[in-house]
Amino acid sequence: MAGSSTSVDIANAMHVAPVAIADWLVIMPSFVTIAGGAICLMLRKNTKVQPFVGIGFLTLLVAVNILLMAHVIQHGVITMVMGNWLPPFGIAFTVDALGATLSLIASIVAFCAGVYGSVTVDNTNRRYGFYPFLLFLLTGVSGAFLTGDVFNLYVWFEVLLISSYGLLVLGNERPQLDGSVKYGILNLIGTNLFLISTGLIYGMFGTLNMADLTQKIAALDPADYGPLSTIAALYLLAFAMKAAAFPVNFWLPASYHTPNIVVSAVFAGLLTKVGVYALLRIFVLLLPVARSNMSEIIVFLAIATQIMGALGALAQNRLNNMLGYLVIAGIGSMLGGIAVGTQHAISSTIFYAVHSILVMTGLYLVAGMMQMLNGSYELRKLGGLYVINPALAAVFLILSLSASGLPPFSGFWAKMMLVDSAFEASHPILAASYLISGFLTMVAIGRVWSFAFWRGGPEGTPDGKVAPAVAETSGKLPFALWLPVLILTGIVVYTGLQPELLMELVLRGANGVVEPMGYLRSVFGDPS
Amino acid sequence: MEAGFSVLIGVFFSVAIYLMLSRQIVRMLLGIAILGNAVNLLIFTAGRLTREVPPVIPPEVYTPVEATANPLPQALVLTAIVISFSFFAYLLVLAFRAYQELGTDNIDEMRVAEPEDEQAPSQGY
Repeated sequence: MAGSSTSVDIANAMHVAPVAIADWLVIMPSFVTIAGGAICLMLRKNTKVQPFVGIGFLTLLVAVNILLMAHVIQHGVITMVMGNWLPPFGIAFTVDALGATLSLIASIVAFCAGVYGSVTVDNTNRRYGFYPFLLFLLTGVSGAFLTGDVFNLYVWFEVLLISSYGLLVLGNERPQLDGSVKYGILNLIGTNLFLISTGLIYGMFGTLNMADLTQKIAALDPADYGPLSTIAALYLLAFAMKAAAFPVNFWLPASYHTPNIVVSAVFAGLLTKVGVYALLRIFVLLLPVARSNMSEIIVFLAIATQIMGALGALAQNRLNNMLGYLVIAGIGSMLGGIAVGTQHAISSTIFYAVHSILVMTGLYLVAGMMQMLNGSYELRKLGGLYVINPALAAVFLILSLSASGLPPFSGFWAKMMLVDSAFEASHPILAASYLISGFLTMVAIGRVWSFAFWRGGPEGTPDGKVAPAVAETSGKLPFALWLPVLILTGIVVYTGLQPELLMELVLRGANGVVEPMGYLRSVFGDPS
Repeated sequence: MEAGFSVLIGVFFSVAIYLMLSRQIVRMLLGIAILGNAVNLLIFTAGRLTREVPPVIPPEVYTPVEATANPLPQALVLTAIVISFSFFAYLLVLAFRAYQELGTDNIDEMRVAEPEDEQAPSQGY
């Protein structure tokens, strides 16, 4: 034996055939962003070139995601395993319609932020790494959406978390340091909880591959559900912290208003939704039994999060603080869909997630433009914007009507599906909470509209008059600010008027997590 | 041996949570460092504890015939150590910078981002 070369038959453990070119697309979103981030890091001091390189890579990211999406629509779920090890041994990247949709939307939002940031992020903060951090953040976000391995999901969470730390303190001002301390510590505890539950689930099943876990958990003897419920409860706490659900949401209003508005916009769009995505994956795909056992608790959390978020929004005087609370209210709506857990409810949750990513980012970007024209985020100091920039008023109105769920914009369909699915599963209180939170959102946003746009100037301006300071402002905003806002508003209006395309995608996505046969077949091959 | 380790992990967790409930950031950070170690030990224990057995099986068999070590938890713990170490380093610097700028390490007194005397929005024009 010693010295003799033994030939080991590796066909049982490895893919021997080379990976098809198209399947490499699965890792491209993470690869493009990590390469782009590294190049931007090398160009750190070249603040003139950096935006072009950064936006270039973000455009590439959108293109790659569109290709990936087309591939998934054509061929169904696709899997690629690292190092060619057969699952469940190797780390698998498994892309279904849910992951591909969210990854595409995230890349669009990142592209918008990159363009917007070329105006609002000054040279100092470019030198401190706005573009590298943005790209690395997207590495984490895309990786989290595309991976098929629980521990790998944790690693991507950490990648996006450390990049978000960087973005959050960019600028180094006192409120930012204050907000970062709270954000940093609480989010780190959240990911540690995630790691604890992952360690326990590994101890219980000896595997971390999501498809393998799905099978093993489905085959579990009901007498052994006890430990599984503990794990599920830990996961719920971890992802609720990530998603900013009540009662572990207070890091969000403490930190999201402190950085540059474009950073807030990206965070509001992406970070909390990654938590919701992880809940969908872990709870609906992996732990359907535990989810239905905890359904009542999640319903309560959903209602509390929605109402708390909407009431919080009503109490805020600063526009960017208020938007933070609206993000929380949206998270409550998505939790409601997860609590109900039928296929209809899950598809409405995914629809709401897509809608919320677009609308909340858009609203933050518009708030930044309002601040540029009026010099403040405070509602008491805003005013007269309709006179100086009617187009901005129109965009704000579209996005805010969509956020509160009024037709004919994307939020209407999302809310309608959620309410419908709640009634189907006989949860009338949950259905009512969607509508009440929508109504309170409308009141909060209506107040911003009447204060910032409708009246003639800041507080104290006589009725029917335009304040002199407002009248002198030219109201011009650079095109690089308009472009991202118009892209986002365009998608919101389009999905409002033509929801079929997105509806088709979210139905496929929900099908993939509620009925995971396609997912399992993609990872393990056809049973033969 | 697993039982002993479980008790040890429990002690680590309780110390970590006690420290994290403190108002001083330095103590909270110590708590986070201990929490990271508790999690690492937990993963290590969850992946089967063995002594002095190599994680290899002879070439002529496909499944282990005798006790073998499980190499995967060690890989997971290694990843987790690197991550928690880097995060801890970052948070230390952040806490120091916050102390320099805000002049306190008591989180109750850190009210720059959320001032206590924040105005409510006006009720009408």
